[in-house]
Amino acid sequence: MKEIRLMKGNEAVAEGAIRAGADAYFGYPITPQSEVMEYLMLEKPHERTGMVVLQAESEVASINMLYGAAGTGKRVMTSSSSPGISLMQEGISYMAGAELPCILVNVVRGGPGLGTIQPSQADYFQTTKGGGHGDYRLIALAPASVQEMFDFAGLGFELAFKYRTPVMIQTDGLIGQMMEKVELSEQQARITEFDQSWATTGKTPDRAQNVITSLDLDSSRQEQHNIHLQKKYQEVADNEVRYETFDSDDAEYLFVAYGSSARICQKAIELGRAKGIKVGLFRPITLWPYPMKELKAAAAKVKGILAVEQSAGQMIEDVKLATECNIKAEHFGRMGGMIPTPEEVLLALENKIIGGK
Amino acid sequence: MTEEIIIAGFGGQGVLSMGKILAYSGIMQDQEVSWFPSYGPEMRGGTANVTVILSDNRISSPILRVYDTAIILNQQSMDKFEEAVKPGGLLIYDGNGISNHPSRKDIKICRVDAAAEAAKLGNTKIFNMIVLGGYLKEKPVVKLDNVMLGLKKSLPERYHDLLPANEKAILRGQEIIQTIE
Repeated sequence: MKEIRLMKGNEAVAEGAIRAGADAYFGYPITPQSEVMEYLMLEKPHERTGMVVLQAESEVASINMLYGAAGTGKRVMTSSSSPGISLMQEGISYMAGAELPCILVNVVRGGPGLGTIQPSQADYFQTTKGGGHGDYRLIALAPASVQEMFDFAGLGFELAFKYRTPVMIQTDGLIGQMMEKVELSEQQARITEFDQSWATTGKTPDRAQNVITSLDLDSSRQEQHNIHLQKKYQEVADNEVRYETFDSDDAEYLFVAYGSSARICQKAIELGRAKGIKVGLFRPITLWPYPMKELKAAAAKVKGILAVEQSAGQMIEDVKLATECNIKAEHFGRMGGMIPTPEEVLLALENKIIGGK
Repeated sequence: MTEEIIIAGFGGQGVLSMGKILAYSGIMQDQEVSWFPSYGPEMRGGTANVTVILSDNRISSPILRVYDTAIILNQQSMDKFEEAVKPGGLLIYDGNGISNHPSRKDIKICRVDAAAEAAKLGNTKIFNMIVLGGYLKEKPVVKLDNVMLGLKKSLPERYHDLLPANEKAILRGQEIIQTIE
Protein backbone atom coordinates (compact mmCIF):
# COMPACT_ATOMS: atom_id res chain seq x y z
CA MET A 1 0.00 0.00 0.00
CA LYS A 2 1.46 3.29 -1.11
CA GLU A 3 1.74 5.94 1.58
CA ILE A 4 0.43 9.22 0.21
CA ARG A 5 0.50 12.52 2.05
CA LEU A 6 -0.23 16.16 1.37
CA MET A 7 2.97 17.95 2.32
CA LYS A 8 4.86 21.19 1.94
CA GLY A 9 8.11 21.03 0.01
CA ASN A 10 10.00 21.93 3.16
CA GLU A 11 8.35 19.09 5.07
CA ALA A 12 8.93 16.64 2.24
CA VAL A 13 12.69 17.24 2.10
CA ALA A 14 12.85 16.72 5.87
CA GLU A 15 10.84 13.49 5.72
CA GLY A 16 12.93 12.42 2.72
CA ALA A 17 16.10 12.85 4.76
CA ILE A 18 14.71 10.83 7.69
CA ARG A 19 13.64 8.02 5.37
CA ALA A 20 16.97 8.07 3.52
CA GLY A 21 18.59 7.20 6.83
CA ALA A 22 20.08 10.59 7.72
CA ASP A 23 22.11 10.61 10.92
CA ALA A 24 21.90 14.30 11.78
CA TYR A 25 20.43 17.67 10.91
CA PHE A 26 21.94 20.93 12.10
CA GLY A 27 20.26 24.17 11.17
CA TYR A 28 19.10 27.64 12.06
CA PRO A 29 15.65 29.08 11.26
CA ILE A 30 15.01 31.48 8.39
CA THR A 31 11.93 32.11 6.23
CA PRO A 32 10.95 30.53 3.84
CA GLN A 33 12.53 27.25 4.98
CA SER A 34 11.81 27.15 8.72
CA GLU A 35 9.35 24.26 8.27
CA VAL A 36 12.29 21.95 7.55
CA MET A 37 13.54 22.10 11.12
CA GLU A 38 10.03 22.61 12.58
CA TYR A 39 8.94 19.37 10.92
CA LEU A 40 12.02 17.53 12.14
CA MET A 41 11.51 18.79 15.69
CA LEU A 42 7.86 17.70 15.69
CA GLU A 43 8.61 14.37 14.05
CA LYS A 44 11.28 13.50 16.64
CA PRO A 45 13.31 11.29 14.28
CA HIS A 46 15.49 10.40 17.27
CA GLU A 47 12.64 8.16 18.35
CA ARG A 48 12.07 6.77 14.85
CA THR A 49 15.60 6.13 13.60
CA GLY A 50 18.03 7.63 16.07
CA MET A 51 18.62 10.70 13.86
CA VAL A 52 19.85 13.77 15.72
CA VAL A 53 18.17 17.14 15.12
CA LEU A 54 19.81 20.19 16.58
CA GLN A 55 19.12 23.89 16.33
CA ALA A 56 22.53 25.53 16.20
CA GLU A 57 23.25 29.06 17.43
CA SER A 58 23.88 30.32 13.89
CA GLU A 59 24.34 29.25 10.30
CA VAL A 60 28.11 29.37 10.75
CA ALA A 61 27.79 26.95 13.65
CA SER A 62 25.45 24.68 11.65
CA ILE A 63 27.86 24.23 8.76
CA ASN A 64 30.78 23.57 11.10
CA MET A 65 28.72 20.98 12.99
CA LEU A 66 28.11 19.40 9.58
CA TYR A 67 31.85 19.41 8.92
CA GLY A 68 32.54 17.64 12.19
CA ALA A 69 29.78 15.06 11.88
CA ALA A 70 30.46 14.40 8.19
CA GLY A 71 34.10 13.83 9.10
CA THR A 72 33.03 10.79 11.09
CA GLY A 73 31.35 9.34 8.00
CA LYS A 74 27.78 10.19 9.02
CA ARG A 75 24.92 11.24 6.74
CA VAL A 76 24.37 14.87 7.64
CA MET A 77 22.19 17.67 6.38
CA THR A 78 21.44 21.34 6.84
CA SER A 79 19.00 23.75 5.27
CA SER A 80 18.69 27.50 5.08
CA SER A 81 17.66 30.29 2.77
CA SER A 82 19.84 32.66 0.76
CA PRO A 83 21.34 34.96 3.43
CA GLY A 84 21.94 31.95 5.68
CA ILE A 85 23.56 30.01 2.85
CA SER A 86 25.87 32.98 2.25
CA LEU A 87 26.98 32.72 5.87
CA MET A 88 27.79 29.03 5.34
CA GLN A 89 30.05 29.53 2.32
CA GLU A 90 33.33 29.29 4.20
CA GLY A 91 32.30 25.94 5.65
CA ILE A 92 31.01 24.69 2.31
CA SER A 93 34.35 25.44 0.66
CA TYR A 94 36.14 23.64 3.54
CA MET A 95 33.85 20.61 3.15
CA ALA A 96 34.48 20.48 -0.59
CA GLY A 97 38.22 20.76 0.06
CA ALA A 98 38.17 18.09 2.76
CA GLU A 99 35.92 15.90 0.58
CA LEU A 100 33.09 15.62 3.06
CA PRO A 101 29.69 14.36 1.93
CA CYS A 102 26.55 16.21 3.07
CA ILE A 103 23.34 17.65 1.73
CA LEU A 104 22.66 21.35 1.85
CA VAL A 105 19.18 22.69 1.10
CA ASN A 106 18.84 26.28 -0.10
CA VAL A 107 15.21 27.47 -0.22
CA VAL A 108 16.09 30.59 -2.16
CA ARG A 109 14.50 33.96 -1.38
CA GLY A 110 14.88 37.33 -3.06
CA GLY A 111 18.15 39.20 -2.53
CA PRO A 112 20.70 40.65 -2.49
CA GLY A 113 21.32 41.18 1.20
CA LEU A 114 18.45 40.31 3.51
CA GLY A 115 16.23 41.01 0.50
CA THR A 116 12.75 39.59 0.89
CA ILE A 117 11.15 36.35 2.06
CA GLN A 118 9.44 35.65 -1.28
CA PRO A 119 10.67 33.08 -3.85
CA SER A 120 13.66 33.73 -6.07
CA GLN A 121 16.24 31.83 -8.11
CA ALA A 122 18.98 34.43 -7.93
CA ASP A 123 21.41 32.14 -6.08
CA TYR A 124 22.23 30.22 -9.27
CA PHE A 125 25.68 31.80 -9.56
CA GLN A 126 26.38 31.16 -5.88
CA THR A 127 25.43 27.49 -6.20
CA THR A 128 27.01 26.67 -9.55
CA LYS A 129 29.96 29.03 -9.92
CA GLY A 130 31.51 28.68 -6.48
CA GLY A 131 29.87 30.51 -3.58
CA GLY A 132 32.95 29.99 -1.46
CA HIS A 133 36.62 30.29 -2.38
CA GLY A 134 38.82 27.94 -4.35
CA ASP A 135 38.39 25.53 -7.23
CA TYR A 136 35.46 23.41 -6.18
CA ARG A 137 32.05 22.35 -7.42
CA LEU A 138 28.82 21.40 -5.71
CA ILE A 139 26.55 18.82 -7.25
CA ALA A 140 23.35 20.87 -7.50
CA LEU A 141 19.88 19.34 -7.75
CA ALA A 142 16.88 21.54 -8.58
CA PRO A 143 13.54 19.94 -7.59
CA ALA A 144 10.41 21.18 -9.38
CA SER A 145 7.79 19.47 -7.23
CA VAL A 146 7.15 18.47 -3.65
CA GLN A 147 7.65 14.84 -4.69
CA GLU A 148 11.13 15.70 -5.92
CA MET A 149 11.87 17.53 -2.67
CA PHE A 150 11.25 14.19 -0.98
CA ASP A 151 13.09 12.09 -3.57
CA PHE A 152 16.14 14.34 -3.89
CA ALA A 153 17.01 14.04 -0.21
CA GLY A 154 17.76 10.36 -0.82
CA LEU A 155 19.36 11.01 -4.20
CA GLY A 156 21.44 13.78 -2.63
CA PHE A 157 22.88 11.47 0.01
CA GLU A 158 23.58 8.83 -2.61
CA LEU A 159 25.56 11.27 -4.78
CA ALA A 160 27.28 12.92 -1.82
CA PHE A 161 28.67 9.57 -0.65
CA LYS A 162 29.41 8.22 -4.11
CA TYR A 163 31.69 11.19 -4.79
CA ARG A 164 32.46 12.27 -1.21
CA THR A 165 31.36 15.83 -1.90
CA PRO A 166 28.68 18.26 -0.70
CA VAL A 167 25.40 18.21 -2.63
CA MET A 168 23.21 21.30 -2.84
CA ILE A 169 19.47 20.96 -3.26
CA GLN A 170 18.61 24.37 -4.67
CA THR A 171 14.94 25.11 -4.48
CA ASP A 172 12.93 28.24 -3.74
CA GLY A 173 10.18 29.64 -1.57
CA LEU A 174 7.50 28.52 -4.00
CA ILE A 175 8.44 24.83 -3.95
CA GLY A 176 9.26 25.00 -0.24
CA GLN A 177 5.93 26.52 0.78
CA MET A 178 3.54 24.78 -1.59
CA MET A 179 1.76 21.55 -0.76
CA GLU A 180 1.35 18.67 -3.17
CA LYS A 181 0.67 15.00 -3.05
CA VAL A 182 3.74 12.99 -2.10
CA GLU A 183 4.22 9.27 -2.40
CA LEU A 184 6.53 8.29 0.42
CA SER A 185 9.07 5.54 0.01
CA GLU A 186 9.88 3.17 2.82
CA GLN A 187 12.17 3.95 5.70
CA GLN A 188 15.77 2.96 5.04
CA ALA A 189 17.81 1.91 8.02
CA ARG A 190 20.55 4.26 9.12
CA ILE A 191 23.85 2.92 7.92
CA THR A 192 25.92 1.83 10.86
CA GLU A 193 28.44 -0.26 8.94
CA PHE A 194 30.12 2.04 6.45
CA ASP A 195 33.40 2.72 4.70
CA GLN A 196 35.67 4.01 7.44
CA SER A 197 38.81 4.09 5.33
CA TRP A 198 38.71 7.90 5.33
CA ALA A 199 36.48 8.81 8.28
CA THR A 200 37.69 9.87 11.72
CA THR A 201 36.07 7.10 13.71
CA GLY A 202 38.94 6.38 16.07
CA LYS A 203 42.29 4.97 14.99
CA THR A 204 42.65 1.21 14.92
CA PRO A 205 46.07 -0.50 15.07
CA ASP A 206 45.83 -1.78 11.49
CA ARG A 207 45.87 1.58 9.74
CA ALA A 208 47.39 5.04 9.83
CA GLN A 209 45.34 7.82 11.38
CA ASN A 210 42.74 9.50 9.17
CA VAL A 211 42.93 13.27 8.96
CA ILE A 212 40.09 15.45 7.75
CA THR A 213 41.46 18.78 6.63
CA SER A 214 41.42 21.18 3.74
CA LEU A 215 44.79 22.62 4.72
CA ASP A 216 48.05 21.58 3.11
CA LEU A 217 50.80 24.18 3.18
CA ASP A 218 52.92 22.17 0.76
CA SER A 219 51.83 23.68 -2.54
CA SER A 220 52.88 20.74 -4.69
CA ARG A 221 50.73 18.42 -2.55
CA GLN A 222 47.90 20.97 -2.59
CA GLU A 223 48.10 21.04 -6.36
CA GLN A 224 47.94 17.24 -6.47
CA HIS A 225 44.87 17.42 -4.23
CA ASN A 226 43.31 19.95 -6.62
CA ILE A 227 44.06 17.72 -9.59
CA HIS A 228 42.39 14.86 -7.74
CA LEU A 229 39.33 17.04 -7.05
CA GLN A 230 39.10 18.16 -10.68
CA LYS A 231 39.28 14.55 -11.85
CA LYS A 232 36.42 13.73 -9.51
CA TYR A 233 34.36 16.68 -10.77
CA GLN A 234 34.96 15.54 -14.34
CA GLU A 235 33.66 12.10 -13.40
CA VAL A 236 30.55 13.74 -11.94
CA ALA A 237 30.11 15.84 -15.10
CA ASP A 238 30.41 12.71 -17.24
CA ASN A 239 27.99 10.59 -15.26
CA GLU A 240 25.50 12.63 -13.29
CA VAL A 241 23.82 15.04 -15.70
CA ARG A 242 20.06 14.99 -15.23
CA TYR A 243 17.40 16.83 -17.20
CA GLU A 244 13.94 16.37 -18.67
CA THR A 245 11.92 17.76 -21.54
CA PHE A 246 8.22 18.52 -22.05
CA ASP A 247 6.43 18.92 -25.36
CA SER A 248 9.76 19.35 -27.10
CA ASP A 249 9.33 16.80 -29.95
CA ASP A 250 7.65 19.18 -32.39
CA ALA A 251 8.74 22.41 -30.68
CA GLU A 252 9.87 25.41 -32.68
CA TYR A 253 10.77 27.32 -29.54
CA LEU A 254 12.11 26.21 -26.21
CA PHE A 255 11.81 27.45 -22.67
CA VAL A 256 14.82 26.54 -20.56
CA ALA A 257 13.92 26.66 -16.88
CA TYR A 258 14.45 24.77 -13.63
CA GLY A 259 12.59 24.51 -10.32
CA SER A 260 9.45 26.61 -9.89
CA SER A 261 10.08 28.45 -13.18
CA ALA A 262 9.90 25.11 -15.00
CA ARG A 263 6.42 24.63 -13.55
CA ILE A 264 5.32 28.11 -14.61
CA CYS A 265 6.71 27.47 -18.10
CA GLN A 266 4.61 24.31 -18.39
CA LYS A 267 1.48 26.42 -17.97
CA ALA A 268 2.87 28.94 -20.47
CA ILE A 269 3.27 26.02 -22.89
CA GLU A 270 -0.41 25.08 -22.41
CA LEU A 271 -1.42 28.70 -23.11
CA GLY A 272 0.97 29.01 -26.04
CA ARG A 273 -0.08 25.77 -27.69
CA ALA A 274 -3.73 26.84 -27.38
CA LYS A 275 -2.69 29.82 -29.54
CA GLY A 276 -0.81 27.63 -32.02
CA ILE A 277 2.69 28.41 -30.75
CA LYS A 278 4.78 25.25 -30.77
CA VAL A 279 6.84 25.67 -27.64
CA GLY A 280 8.43 23.10 -25.38
CA LEU A 281 10.50 22.99 -22.23
CA PHE A 282 14.03 21.86 -21.47
CA ARG A 283 14.44 21.50 -17.72
CA PRO A 284 17.88 21.02 -16.17
CA ILE A 285 17.51 18.88 -13.05
CA THR A 286 21.20 19.12 -12.19
CA LEU A 287 22.27 22.78 -12.28
CA TRP A 288 25.80 21.48 -11.93
CA PRO A 289 26.76 19.46 -13.85
CA TYR A 290 24.72 21.47 -16.36
CA PRO A 291 23.27 19.43 -19.27
CA MET A 292 25.51 21.14 -21.82
CA LYS A 293 25.55 18.51 -24.58
CA GLU A 294 21.88 17.66 -24.15
CA LEU A 295 20.78 21.30 -24.37
CA LYS A 296 22.99 21.85 -27.39
CA ALA A 297 21.27 18.94 -29.15
CA ALA A 298 17.79 20.16 -28.18
CA ALA A 299 18.60 23.71 -29.25
CA ALA A 300 19.67 22.57 -32.71
CA LYS A 301 16.04 21.66 -33.43
CA VAL A 302 14.44 25.01 -32.54
CA LYS A 303 14.40 28.62 -33.72
CA GLY A 304 15.00 30.27 -30.39
CA ILE A 305 15.27 29.85 -26.65
CA LEU A 306 13.84 31.80 -23.73
CA ALA A 307 15.64 31.10 -20.47
CA VAL A 308 13.20 31.75 -17.63
CA GLU A 309 14.58 32.24 -14.14
CA GLN A 310 13.52 34.39 -11.19
CA SER A 311 16.71 36.45 -11.46
CA ALA A 312 18.30 39.18 -13.56
CA GLY A 313 19.70 36.48 -15.86
CA GLN A 314 22.13 33.96 -14.39
CA MET A 315 21.42 30.55 -15.95
CA ILE A 316 21.24 32.23 -19.39
CA GLU A 317 25.06 32.28 -19.29
CA ASP A 318 25.15 28.49 -19.22
CA VAL A 319 22.49 28.35 -21.96
CA LYS A 320 24.77 30.49 -24.13
CA LEU A 321 27.79 28.35 -23.27
CA ALA A 322 25.88 25.15 -24.05
CA THR A 323 24.61 26.47 -27.39
CA GLU A 324 27.91 28.22 -28.15
CA CYS A 325 25.83 31.32 -28.89
CA ASN A 326 24.70 29.69 -32.13
CA ILE A 327 21.04 30.26 -31.44
CA LYS A 328 18.95 33.20 -30.40
CA ALA A 329 18.63 32.98 -26.63
CA GLU A 330 17.22 35.58 -24.25
CA HIS A 331 16.50 35.74 -20.54
CA PHE A 332 13.19 36.54 -18.91
CA GLY A 333 12.60 36.79 -15.21
CA ARG A 334 11.23 38.77 -12.31
CA MET A 335 13.36 39.71 -9.33
CA GLY A 336 13.22 40.46 -5.64
CA GLY A 337 10.62 37.81 -4.81
CA MET A 338 8.16 38.56 -7.62
CA ILE A 339 6.91 35.41 -9.35
CA PRO A 340 6.24 35.66 -13.08
CA THR A 341 2.80 34.52 -14.24
CA PRO A 342 2.48 32.01 -17.09
CA GLU A 343 0.91 34.79 -19.20
CA GLU A 344 3.95 37.04 -18.67
CA VAL A 345 6.30 34.23 -19.65
CA LEU A 346 4.41 33.55 -22.86
CA LEU A 347 4.33 37.24 -23.71
CA ALA A 348 8.10 37.44 -23.20
CA LEU A 349 8.55 34.53 -25.60
CA GLU A 350 6.39 36.28 -28.18
CA ASN A 351 8.16 39.61 -27.79
CA LYS A 352 11.76 38.60 -27.27
CA ILE A 353 12.07 35.45 -29.38
CA ILE A 354 9.19 34.98 -31.81
CA GLY A 355 8.82 38.69 -32.56
CA GLY A 356 12.56 38.67 -32.99
CA LYS A 357 13.16 42.11 -31.54
CA MET B 1 -11.18 18.07 -15.12
CA THR B 2 -9.04 20.89 -13.78
CA GLU B 3 -10.33 23.42 -11.27
CA GLU B 4 -8.16 26.42 -10.42
CA ILE B 5 -9.27 28.26 -7.30
CA ILE B 6 -8.14 31.27 -5.31
CA ILE B 7 -9.43 31.65 -1.75
CA ALA B 8 -8.71 35.06 -0.23
CA GLY B 9 -9.61 36.84 2.96
CA PHE B 10 -8.31 37.83 6.39
CA GLY B 11 -5.87 35.76 8.42
CA GLY B 12 -7.88 33.81 10.99
CA GLN B 13 -10.86 33.18 8.71
CA GLY B 14 -9.58 29.72 7.93
CA VAL B 15 -8.62 30.52 4.34
CA LEU B 16 -5.52 28.34 4.30
CA SER B 17 -7.19 25.46 6.11
CA MET B 18 -10.18 25.55 3.76
CA GLY B 19 -7.71 25.20 0.91
CA LYS B 20 -5.97 22.35 2.67
CA ILE B 21 -9.25 20.48 3.21
CA LEU B 22 -10.08 20.91 -0.49
CA ALA B 23 -6.64 19.62 -1.47
CA TYR B 24 -6.94 16.62 0.84
CA SER B 25 -10.42 15.91 -0.52
CA GLY B 26 -8.92 15.85 -4.01
CA ILE B 27 -6.30 13.34 -2.90
CA MET B 28 -9.08 11.16 -1.46
CA GLN B 29 -10.52 10.84 -4.94
CA ASP B 30 -7.14 10.26 -6.61
CA GLN B 31 -6.74 13.70 -8.10
CA GLU B 32 -3.56 15.69 -8.47
CA VAL B 33 -3.56 18.69 -6.14
CA SER B 34 -1.50 21.76 -5.38
CA TRP B 35 -1.82 24.35 -2.60
CA PHE B 36 0.26 27.49 -2.59
CA PRO B 37 -0.28 30.03 0.21
CA SER B 38 0.61 33.66 0.49
CA TYR B 39 3.32 33.60 3.12
CA GLY B 40 4.81 37.00 2.48
CA PRO B 41 4.53 40.45 4.00
CA GLU B 42 0.89 40.78 2.93
CA MET B 43 0.09 37.91 5.28
CA ARG B 44 1.73 39.73 8.14
CA GLY B 45 -0.51 42.68 7.28
CA GLY B 46 -3.59 40.57 7.98
CA THR B 47 -4.67 39.21 4.61
CA ALA B 48 -4.22 35.64 3.49
CA ASN B 49 -4.81 33.82 0.26
CA VAL B 50 -4.21 30.41 -1.17
CA THR B 51 -4.23 28.98 -4.68
CA VAL B 52 -5.65 25.47 -4.86
CA ILE B 53 -5.64 23.37 -8.03
CA LEU B 54 -7.46 20.06 -8.39
CA SER B 55 -6.93 18.10 -11.57
CA ASP B 56 -7.22 14.68 -13.16
CA ASN B 57 -3.91 15.43 -14.90
CA ARG B 58 -0.45 16.51 -13.83
CA ILE B 59 -0.54 20.10 -12.56
CA SER B 60 1.72 22.58 -14.32
CA SER B 61 2.06 25.95 -12.60
CA PRO B 62 1.01 26.14 -8.94
CA ILE B 63 0.65 29.91 -9.30
CA LEU B 64 -1.75 31.55 -11.68
CA ARG B 65 -2.98 34.91 -12.90
CA VAL B 66 -6.57 33.89 -13.64
CA TYR B 67 -8.82 31.38 -11.91
CA ASP B 68 -11.91 29.27 -12.57
CA THR B 69 -13.24 30.20 -9.14
CA ALA B 70 -12.49 32.99 -6.67
CA ILE B 71 -13.77 32.66 -3.11
CA ILE B 72 -13.54 36.14 -1.65
CA LEU B 73 -13.93 36.92 2.02
CA ASN B 74 -12.98 40.59 2.45
CA GLN B 75 -13.00 43.86 0.54
CA GLN B 76 -9.25 43.98 -0.13
CA SER B 77 -9.44 40.57 -1.77
CA MET B 78 -12.49 41.63 -3.79
CA ASP B 79 -10.53 44.62 -5.11
CA LYS B 80 -7.64 42.36 -6.04
CA PHE B 81 -9.30 39.20 -7.35
CA GLU B 82 -12.67 40.09 -8.95
CA GLU B 83 -10.78 40.81 -12.17
CA ALA B 84 -8.86 37.55 -11.89
CA VAL B 85 -11.87 35.29 -12.52
CA LYS B 86 -11.83 33.76 -16.02
CA PRO B 87 -14.77 34.79 -18.22
CA GLY B 88 -17.51 32.28 -17.52
CA GLY B 89 -15.95 31.53 -14.14
CA LEU B 90 -17.40 31.70 -10.65
CA LEU B 91 -17.04 34.29 -7.89
CA ILE B 92 -18.31 33.42 -4.43
CA TYR B 93 -18.24 35.99 -1.66
CA ASP B 94 -19.40 36.66 1.85
CA GLY B 95 -21.28 39.96 2.01
CA ASN B 96 -19.99 40.72 5.51
CA GLY B 97 -17.78 43.83 5.34
CA ILE B 98 -18.13 44.19 1.58
CA SER B 99 -18.96 47.74 0.50
CA ASN B 100 -18.16 47.46 -3.20
CA HIS B 101 -20.06 44.45 -4.44
CA PRO B 102 -18.81 42.57 -7.50
CA SER B 103 -20.15 43.96 -10.75
CA ARG B 104 -18.84 41.75 -13.57
CA LYS B 105 -21.45 40.49 -16.02
CA ASP B 106 -19.34 37.78 -17.69
CA ILE B 107 -19.02 35.52 -14.65
CA LYS B 108 -21.38 33.80 -12.26
CA ILE B 109 -21.56 35.57 -8.89
CA CYS B 110 -22.83 33.86 -5.74
CA ARG B 111 -23.13 35.14 -2.22
CA VAL B 112 -22.86 33.02 0.89
CA ASP B 113 -23.29 35.00 4.10
CA ALA B 114 -21.31 32.58 6.18
CA ALA B 115 -20.14 35.03 8.84
CA ALA B 116 -23.74 35.93 9.71
CA GLU B 117 -24.80 32.29 9.61
CA ALA B 118 -21.91 31.17 11.82
CA ALA B 119 -22.79 33.88 14.34
CA LYS B 120 -26.42 32.76 14.28
CA LEU B 121 -25.34 29.19 14.94
CA GLY B 122 -23.12 30.46 17.77
CA ASN B 123 -19.91 29.00 16.38
CA THR B 124 -17.69 31.37 14.41
CA LYS B 125 -15.11 28.62 13.87
CA ILE B 126 -17.28 26.85 11.31
CA PHE B 127 -17.35 29.96 9.12
CA ASN B 128 -14.98 28.54 6.52
CA MET B 129 -16.88 25.25 6.32
CA ILE B 130 -20.10 27.13 5.53
CA VAL B 131 -18.24 28.88 2.71
CA LEU B 132 -16.84 25.57 1.52
CA GLY B 133 -20.36 24.09 1.52
CA GLY B 134 -21.57 26.96 -0.64
CA TYR B 135 -18.73 26.41 -3.07
CA LEU B 136 -19.41 22.68 -3.31
CA LYS B 137 -23.09 23.38 -4.06
CA GLU B 138 -22.02 25.47 -7.05
CA LYS B 139 -19.14 23.24 -8.10
CA PRO B 140 -19.32 19.69 -6.78
CA VAL B 141 -15.70 19.04 -7.75
CA VAL B 142 -15.21 16.81 -4.74
CA LYS B 143 -17.75 14.47 -3.17
CA LEU B 144 -18.95 15.24 0.33
CA ASP B 145 -17.71 11.83 1.52
CA ASN B 146 -14.23 12.71 0.32
CA VAL B 147 -14.44 16.14 1.94
CA MET B 148 -15.21 14.45 5.25
CA LEU B 149 -12.25 12.09 4.72
CA GLY B 150 -10.08 15.06 3.80
CA LEU B 151 -11.24 16.93 6.88
CA LYS B 152 -10.39 13.96 9.04
CA LYS B 153 -6.90 13.85 7.50
CA SER B 154 -6.19 17.54 7.95
CA LEU B 155 -7.64 17.93 11.46
CA PRO B 156 -5.52 16.70 14.36
CA GLU B 157 -7.18 13.74 16.07
CA ARG B 158 -7.99 15.72 19.20
CA TYR B 159 -10.45 17.75 17.13
CA HIS B 160 -12.21 14.81 15.55
CA ASP B 161 -15.22 15.31 17.85
CA LEU B 162 -15.82 18.48 15.79
CA LEU B 163 -16.32 16.57 12.55
CA PRO B 164 -20.16 16.42 12.81
CA ALA B 165 -20.36 20.18 13.40
CA ASN B 166 -18.21 20.74 10.33
CA GLU B 167 -20.36 18.47 8.22
CA LYS B 168 -23.48 20.32 9.35
CA ALA B 169 -21.79 23.62 8.46
CA ILE B 170 -21.00 22.37 4.96
CA LEU B 171 -24.61 21.29 4.48
CA ARG B 172 -25.84 24.65 5.82
CA GLY B 173 -23.57 26.45 3.34
CA GLN B 174 -25.10 24.46 0.53
CA GLU B 175 -28.53 25.65 1.64
CA ILE B 176 -27.84 29.35 2.06
CA ILE B 177 -25.73 30.16 -1.01
CA GLN B 178 -27.55 32.44 -3.42
CA THR B 179 -26.90 33.35 -7.01
CA ILE B 180 -26.77 37.11 -7.59
CA GLU B 181 -28.33 38.18 -10.85
